[in-house]
Amino acid sequence: MNKSVLKQNSHSNKLRVLPGFKLTLGFTVLYLSLIVLIPLSALIFKTLSISWDQFISAVTSERVIASYKLTFGASLIAAIVNAVFGLLIAWILVRYDFWGKRIIDALIDLPFALPTAVAGISLTALLASNGWVGQFTERIGIQLAFNANGVVIALIFIGLPFVVRTVQPVLEDTEKELEEAATCLGATRWQTFSRVIFPSIAPALLTGFAMAFARAIGEYGSVIFIAGNMPLVSEITPLIIIGKLEQFDYTGATSVAVVLLGFSFILLLSINALQAWQRKMTGAIV
Amino acid sequence: MSSTSHNHRFKSGTTESATVRYLLIGIGLTFLFLFLILPLAAVFAEALNKGWSAYVEALSDSDAISAIRLTLFIAAITVPLNLIFGIAAAWCISKYEFTGKSLLTTLIDLPFSVSPVVAGLIYVLIFGAQGWFGPLFESLGIKIIFAVPGIILATIFVTFPFIARELIPLMQAQGSDEEQAAIVLGANGWQTFRYITLPNIKWGLVYGVILCNARAMGEFGAVSVVSGHIRGETNTMPLQVEILYNEYQSVAAFAVASLLALLALFTLIIKSVFEWKHSREMKRLAELPPERPY
Repeated sequence: MNKSVLKQNSHSNKLRVLPGFKLTLGFTVLYLSLIVLIPLSALIFKTLSISWDQFISAVTSERVIASYKLTFGASLIAAIVNAVFGLLIAWILVRYDFWGKRIIDALIDLPFALPTAVAGISLTALLASNGWVGQFTERIGIQLAFNANGVVIALIFIGLPFVVRTVQPVLEDTEKELEEAATCLGATRWQTFSRVIFPSIAPALLTGFAMAFARAIGEYGSVIFIAGNMPLVSEITPLIIIGKLEQFDYTGATSVAVVLLGFSFILLLSINALQAWQRKMTGAIV
Repeated sequence: MSSTSHNHRFKSGTTESATVRYLLIGIGLTFLFLFLILPLAAVFAEALNKGWSAYVEALSDSDAISAIRLTLFIAAITVPLNLIFGIAAAWCISKYEFTGKSLLTTLIDLPFSVSPVVAGLIYVLIFGAQGWFGPLFESLGIKIIFAVPGIILATIFVTFPFIARELIPLMQAQGSDEEQAAIVLGANGWQTFRYITLPNIKWGLVYGVILCNARAMGEFGAVSVVSGHIRGETNTMPLQVEILYNEYQSVAAFAVASLLALLALFTLIIKSVFEWKHSREMKRLAELPPERPY
């Protein structure tokens, strides 16, 4: 997410002159194990103690299936919206000058900094039938809060910075000479964009899309206020886990959590692969 | 990047016509207005809906004050712990070569891809009444789940990578020449860190701490699973916002939320300052003569 592309000095021949290797590595691995690895392995061990039938019935009940559809569907729509508008926003921030650009640039990260619960109640207040936005959309018959529309809007909000922040540095680094060459060779501006600029930012765009998607899948705080949380209709998968926990159904909660976690890991691996592709495409460290 | 009128003709090959530009800027800003500025403005508008005195009254409620206190306490414990970890991790990853380094870097980022709800769940599985160590701690009279220690653990988990991932690329870019020179000149490890590394990374450090702090104070999902929602005892600010909102105490909910929104704005300001300093630092590094291979 770091905006600036970092120049990496080559230190191929790094002798361990500096002290503290064992201390820092030891502490890092210990802390990582205690906070992350051992607790996560508890989830795996708990899953292993669940019989296959129990697992399948927990993760394929009607209500849970409906929650997957909503979570994945809404996350996908939100990530696509973020990809389109994120690219556009990155483009105007890098290529054009306009009044208030620096403030807008700083505000892009608001969804990272604003607690999700605050975003949740604020969006709900805006989109409810008496809200600033909701009262107008309701007049034309569109209800935005307390249904799947609200889920999508909340997920667009929390995923907004990902695409902008992955595309922006790559766009800053694209070579103007290539565009000049394309123009000299008779390409229209649109051809230059679609055939010269777009291919070089495509990996970054896909990475940002995957990050926004992954974040949206696990999101809880901003969604539950606006979703209405009706079973089968507007109940997201993380809420199913919370519901099962509140009924002390640890087996069910763990099973659904494993499905969610498995999907997150697949996305994490794809993001890593995409970033490797991006490095190959640009020949730079991003 | 700007195309003023007199050189517009020469730049037209690498930019769009004015109509397209204004159209794109218009669409982008409208989108940002709807999705960023309106939600932010709504927080303060709703908080001050019944006037300043209602706002102040909502914030001086005893449950609100204990929620603010707990949130500050949680951040005061989790941020320093993750700071020590972040520095240690960045030091060993950026200053040395060893096998498994890229695996370690990936594992540090792992908490970012775990849903907050799952993050809370794993601690319930370990320390809950039916968990691995739950009965042990219970017999010792220590309560972890539905108590403050559980909230601290869940918060450490979700804020785990923040400082490390700011420092790692920064320290990698800076290399370790200056540190090596200090060691050669007779400085010990601590002196090298204190007088060479720390001044170089201080802005990245501040930025990482601010981000980590914002998330620690604002975390909702993970904390919600382990807290138990006991008023005045295990309610952090975001949980207090939820309870007040569900009780239709809109002004009170948004009043507490407005404090968190101010924290977010403060975080963004520090971030901008850091990025400005950072880009200057990168320019300085770029202007240094190229390094000779060893």
